[in-house]
Amino acid sequence: MRALKQHKGIVAPMDRSNVDTDMIIPKQFLKSIKRTGFGPNLFDELRYLDEGRPDQDCSKRPINPDFMLNQDRYKNASVLLARRNFGCGSSREHAPWALEDFGFHVIIAPSFADIFYNNCFKNGLLPIVLNEEIVDRLFRETEAEEGYQLAIDLEAKTVTTPSGESFTFEVDDFRRHCLLNGLDDIGVTLEDAEVIKAYEASRRETAPWLFGAGG
Amino acid sequence: MAGKTLYDKLWDDHLVKQRDDGSALIYIDRHLLHEVTSPQAFEGLRLAGRKPWRLDANLATPDHNVPTTDRARGVEGIVDPVSRIQVETLDKNCDEFGILEFKMMDQRQGIVHVIGPEQGATLPGMSIVCGDSHTSTHGAFGCLAHGIGTSEVEHVLATQCLVQQKMKNMLVKVNGKLGAGITGKDVVLAVIGKIGTAGGTGYAIEFGGEAIRDLSMEARMTICNMSIEAGARVGMVAVDQTTIDYVKDRPFAPKGDMRDKAIEYWKTLHSDDEAVFDKVVELEGSEVMPQVSWGTSPEMVAGVGGHVPDPDAEADPIKREGIVRALKYMGLTPKMPITDIKLDRVFIGSCTNGRIEDLREAAAVVKGHKVSPTLKQAMVVPGSGLVKVQAEQEGLDKIFIEAGLEWRDPGCSMCLAMNADKLGQGEHCASTSNRNFEGRQGFGGRTHLVSPAMAAAAAINGHFVDVREMMN
Repeated sequence: MRALKQHKGIVAPMDRSNVDTDMIIPKQFLKSIKRTGFGPNLFDELRYLDEGRPDQDCSKRPINPDFMLNQDRYKNASVLLARRNFGCGSSREHAPWALEDFGFHVIIAPSFADIFYNNCFKNGLLPIVLNEEIVDRLFRETEAEEGYQLAIDLEAKTVTTPSGESFTFEVDDFRRHCLLNGLDDIGVTLEDAEVIKAYEASRRETAPWLFGAGG
Repeated sequence: MAGKTLYDKLWDDHLVKQRDDGSALIYIDRHLLHEVTSPQAFEGLRLAGRKPWRLDANLATPDHNVPTTDRARGVEGIVDPVSRIQVETLDKNCDEFGILEFKMMDQRQGIVHVIGPEQGATLPGMSIVCGDSHTSTHGAFGCLAHGIGTSEVEHVLATQCLVQQKMKNMLVKVNGKLGAGITGKDVVLAVIGKIGTAGGTGYAIEFGGEAIRDLSMEARMTICNMSIEAGARVGMVAVDQTTIDYVKDRPFAPKGDMRDKAIEYWKTLHSDDEAVFDKVVELEGSEVMPQVSWGTSPEMVAGVGGHVPDPDAEADPIKREGIVRALKYMGLTPKMPITDIKLDRVFIGSCTNGRIEDLREAAAVVKGHKVSPTLKQAMVVPGSGLVKVQAEQEGLDKIFIEAGLEWRDPGCSMCLAMNADKLGQGEHCASTSNRNFEGRQGFGGRTHLVSPAMAAAAAINGHFVDVREMMN
């Protein structure tokens, strides 16, 4: 997994609440059996004017000029600024895959849906919760200044604006550790293989009906 | 000492290791797999040279992409080549790794969240995960059940565990009795309307109270299924005799002495009287009306006797903007009566409402009536092959077909429109599914979430009506 320690990048404003994972990546693109290549279809229904299909060359599709990612100033954005309950709905990990594939490293919002929040960390994406007033301000600053950038430091748990103002954020230690080091958490868990086996053995005693396939 | 909630008990029983950094390793008893969120996980195992930790904990079936018509040619007959490859990939992966799969042509195939309980593969007290957010369904059995992403599917395959942080406890208590004609779907939509789509974020919700205790397992599953639409990954109902009776004699369920021992444990799966919840929400059962969603988020609901809201009456600017956007997408005008919403299609099915009881409720409404000629289509998609067989034994298929509804093969179908079943642009659909997001049921499609009985009543009338008027 891609590690993230510090990141500085252009901010793109996604100014609507309850952005669901169907909106981030519509279902017709979930038929892929790969993890990559979802970037061109990120926010497909907002970004293009036609109905997206998995086999299209997206560079030839009619784009929606009003959608922010189609505006030159946001095309190279790597920090997504969002509203309440970002990533609600389906558990599809294709949503963080699409955001990552597009080039995002960080998402900032007042709140995230639980499953999406968790999925981000598995894919080198850092979701940051900041309070609504700060997020409001960042929206205003982003829209006011072309090329507006934020600097994120995961070690220090800070977001810093171009004027040098810093906000701190919370993130749990395990997720932070894995993301800072780009760790595969399966490998970390398997270090406890003996503990898992011991638990399993005791469950076989106390709840034997949980073992052995039926059918 | 304070008592434990049901969630606390399930957490403690599955705790393998509490780590110093606050995270915990939680053991997974049952892992359900389907074709959409598993291919990259199997590929990950292969690349790392890993094997599944415990084969008998896994059960797979294709559901999202499968056709609901004409399966005569089997998987080869799936017209969309990308869908076909995904179903074939699941078959190949399960064969290669030795995982039990109910393949598309197996009578036991169906939506994962329907077949788990149907087979007794879902048992009280289990921890159950699946790469699908509606895994919360299984919480109806007093299970710790929730959706996971594909990286976690791989993690569970490889280690039989998940790295988790404990959630907070919320009790949603539905007091008293529900009115006649009010279903589990109406209850859960009313709850989401009350607490909002992020109201349950960070919480495990337990549904309790007299109205919940009175419900069947099917209705409890509908309620837990949509916990995620309130933001809660986990929704649960305590185990009682209804639960124990439902599980009895199912293929994967324990028999004989083992069953007695299991029941002894299952009976402990309820919150203690003195348990403390971080948040309690109460509803009066008698006040729950048949619900209809008017917007593009499941919290945008109203009673069937109500009206589409007026955005000008909303004080919160972000919410107001959301209402304006939703009404524009839905093609509705502020303050119009819900019963004036005209429909193009009706969909009865999904992991929310594709079980036998749902089909019985819908059939009872349409019996002796005809689908409105103003409708383009009304379809019934059973949740599994076995639900289909049972419905046919009860003659429900004939009632639907005579009324002019299509009788289909099992799968997720138009709930998320990954197969050929979808809405056209601008079409309104009365749907028993779980999400009314923009484009969910097809590009530009407009979804109204309702119960099976309300969908059936809408099919007959071509617009929403209060189903209770048809029952009199």
